[in-house]
Amino acid sequence: MYKHLIGKSSEKVLNLVERGAVKKFAEAIGDPHPIYIDREFASNTKYKTNIAPPTFPITFDYGRIQDSGLPKAGLIHGEQEFEYVRPLFVGEEVYCYSKVTDYYEKQGSNGSLGFMVRKNSGEDKEGNEIFSSKSIIIITETVRKGMKHAENLRT
Amino acid sequence: MLKISELNIGESSPLQTLDPVSRIDLIKYAGASGDYNPIHTIDDTAKQTGLPGIIAHGMWTMGNLSKLFTAYIGEGFVQKYTVRFAGMIFLNDVVTLQAKLIDKKENDLHFEVNATNQKGKAVVMGNVVFRLH
Repeated sequence: MYKHLIGKSSEKVLNLVERGAVKKFAEAIGDPHPIYIDREFASNTKYKTNIAPPTFPITFDYGRIQDSGLPKAGLIHGEQEFEYVRPLFVGEEVYCYSKVTDYYEKQGSNGSLGFMVRKNSGEDKEGNEIFSSKSIIIITETVRKGMKHAENLRT
Repeated sequence: MLKISELNIGESSPLQTLDPVSRIDLIKYAGASGDYNPIHTIDDTAKQTGLPGIIAHGMWTMGNLSKLFTAYIGEGFVQKYTVRFAGMIFLNDVVTLQAKLIDKKENDLHFEVNATNQKGKAVVMGNVVFRLH
């Protein structure tokens, strides 16, 4: 169903590791540690600046992959991975993009399941990778029915 | 507090049990993450999808689980963090977070991590590589 997307990428999008967004995110995961929030505390650490929590890149805009047409609602998040060269610094600019690295289908007990594998990347201005992440999104038949239902509600 | 670099293989970090999951927890996470999928906040939508009620964002749990390492940030950073979402978390579920050191390679400490519900079922399980400075 989505095999034609393998290898497709989005354009790079400039994101800012915004101080307020990091604070709000740290609070929302119940982790308001001063390393994320307090400037004074950060000035005495290795990086001399506040950093962002490891899962913060989930908030970035990675651009749109052409013709992907994936629904926003009702997908199942199967797996997620983050890999860092170094932590993200509050206030820095990150260039983010996304690529579909694989798509496959498997027969499950409730019909066929689609597995969309994407790699998201974040680079500095010079194009050096700061982090990358991998996600596996599962598209079930029930979800496809749900998508149709949602479309009917909209029209 | 014990240093993370002083943990022995097979040892675990102290368990952390979260307050029962509330709707406001998930509304806050929706706002902070930008994930407004209504199955995490609105009962009717969740039920239309065939769920008994709203469920926590998998990423909310993954985010919470990473805080086991925040206290050790003076010693290093989370270099790699992988999870599998194995089950759903519903309103009022009580989630317990744990991390166990399974290997040490040079500056990398390899942990097994998981989040379990009040019935002892692992809902999120994965691995963390904590890289020492």
